[in-house]
Amino acid sequence: MSKAGEQGYSAAGEVGQIKARRTLKENIWRGLKTAPPTAIFGMAVVAIYIFFAIFAPLLAPHGESEIFPMSYAPWGGEFVFGTDQLGRDILSRLIYGAQNTIGIAFATTLLAFAIGGSLGIAAAINRGWVDTLLSRSVDVLMAIPSLIFALILLSMFGASALNLIIIIAVLDSTRVFRISRAVSLNVVVMDYVEAAKLRGEGLGWIMRREILPNIMPPLVAEFGLRFCFVFLTIASLSFLGLGIQPPTADWGSMVRETAGLIQFAEYDITAALTPMLPAAAIALLTVAVNFVVDWFLHKSSGLKEGH
Amino acid sequence: MHPVIRTVLQRLGLGLVTLFVVSLIIFSSIEFLPGDFGQAILGQSALPETVAAFRAELGLDLPMHERYFDWLGGITRWSNNCAGDMGNSFSGRGSSGGADRSRPVIDLIAPRLANTLFLASMAAIIAVPLSLFLGITAALYRNSIYDRTVNALTLTTISFPEFFVAYLLILILSSFTKLFPSLANISPDATFWERVYLSALPALTLTLVIVAHMMRMTRAAIINLMASPYIEMANLKGVSKAQVILQHALPNAWAPIVNVIAFNLAYLVVGVVVVEVVFVYPGVGQLMVDAVTTRDVPVVQGCAMIFAATYILLNLFADIISIITNPRLLHPR
Repeated sequence: MSKAGEQGYSAAGEVGQIKARRTLKENIWRGLKTAPPTAIFGMAVVAIYIFFAIFAPLLAPHGESEIFPMSYAPWGGEFVFGTDQLGRDILSRLIYGAQNTIGIAFATTLLAFAIGGSLGIAAAINRGWVDTLLSRSVDVLMAIPSLIFALILLSMFGASALNLIIIIAVLDSTRVFRISRAVSLNVVVMDYVEAAKLRGEGLGWIMRREILPNIMPPLVAEFGLRFCFVFLTIASLSFLGLGIQPPTADWGSMVRETAGLIQFAEYDITAALTPMLPAAAIALLTVAVNFVVDWFLHKSSGLKEGH
Repeated sequence: MHPVIRTVLQRLGLGLVTLFVVSLIIFSSIEFLPGDFGQAILGQSALPETVAAFRAELGLDLPMHERYFDWLGGITRWSNNCAGDMGNSFSGRGSSGGADRSRPVIDLIAPRLANTLFLASMAAIIAVPLSLFLGITAALYRNSIYDRTVNALTLTTISFPEFFVAYLLILILSSFTKLFPSLANISPDATFWERVYLSALPALTLTLVIVAHMMRMTRAAIINLMASPYIEMANLKGVSKAQVILQHALPNAWAPIVNVIAFNLAYLVVGVVVVEVVFVYPGVGQLMVDAVTTRDVPVVQGCAMIFAATYILLNLFADIISIITNPRLLHPR
């Protein structure tokens, strides 16, 4: 199906004509108008985070690991949120942290979906020993709590950003495999998939053009939830000192590094709030993504009741 | 054979197979370590003879299957309360030779396991009744202000990382009001009430995290059940509300509720790691994190095996309970 409409009938062309009556802008606007306030709040927060992540070098007042001679400086003045134990500006590290933490979590989720999604759809198309083997190994992998499994693997290979991405992506792809296999099982029995097979289309073509468009809504929702989960796992690992390694700015390790300040709450409340800033940044993003996913699930499944 | 017994036996067998495969995976993780293990631990300057002696002492020169059964045998002997080990910890083994101060893994884990179980059961004792109550009442008064408030609160706490909840509690209950200590460094000879007092904040953190999950899942399970036709039939017949819940809904609700509880107790196993580190609580989770940092593989394996086994056994237990309380299996046609 190279150029729609040139040679004979094309389903994509016909659907495209109907869709084209509304511009993309109108479609998005129509969707947004019906969104509940929680979803709008969530989308606004996500947009702000993405903005900060992309333009971190321009927005941060100081460098990511630039060290000033004043460690644990108080709030205000040159350093809005003070400095940490080495004299690095907290605000700048918070902004760079958006880039590193969200970037790594996003890359991990994408990789998990690339592995789990493609294997899941392939297993649904070719039932048989490959499917059985994959499903059974996923069962066993899922019998170990993923944080514990990640700890074992990190102790084997050592903690680095690349190892972290690969390990968490592989562990999380088991969940993606389950869901993409389950939803594609309903699609592979359709006549048009059979027709594509008889036409002699290859496995890749069937996966990409016949199955994938039909299982997009649940996968997109799952992507949001998986992202939250991956994001929290990476933040927890970094907090434990086993995730993203210094001097890279990252919210989880920032909490760990400044946690000691919390005991000075009665003398200087702002000092005690310093470790709460990165922790709150993590919490706010997960809440926002959850709100958006919640709304998306309602919209795509037509569910009116919240469960 | 009665269908219940057959299903239970099948599930037990499957659980044991899973446990076996998981132990195999955890054990063989050491095999995938890049490079020579002895060289990595002893350092670059170690003599080849030292490395060979080290490997022989760890039994790394034996074939893999022999070592596996040795390791597994250590665990089973230990669980029978006899002298058994899971190998020795790498820490305290000086790379420059000198006295061997390494300790058996089991000596490191055993006292900490008691602490972890204490913390987890304390959290469970508060969380399980509380969340069942919240979940069931929220489902019964669905869409009321009460339901909406509880729902919004739990959706928010679900999204919080454990350490955020933990530090929030420290800030409010420890730094400002001085109600509880922020460090839960329990000494081995602390009395029961001292322990309860010291582990109040970690237990509260875990409680908050799992109540949110458990409450939402209980609510969903009950709502799902109350929408089924036979409940509507009972309502239409004019059966009182209490009787509908106790006699019609509850027998079928046991399975989902037990599953919810087990799922969350299993979740506790993972949550305990982060919370123990925040509060410097001397449990297995903290030991495991320290061991991962120093790449002390035998200790990591021992801790991982305990966590994984607890996780699998809890799930197995939940499955068996839901099988033996299932009315459809108890009264086969």
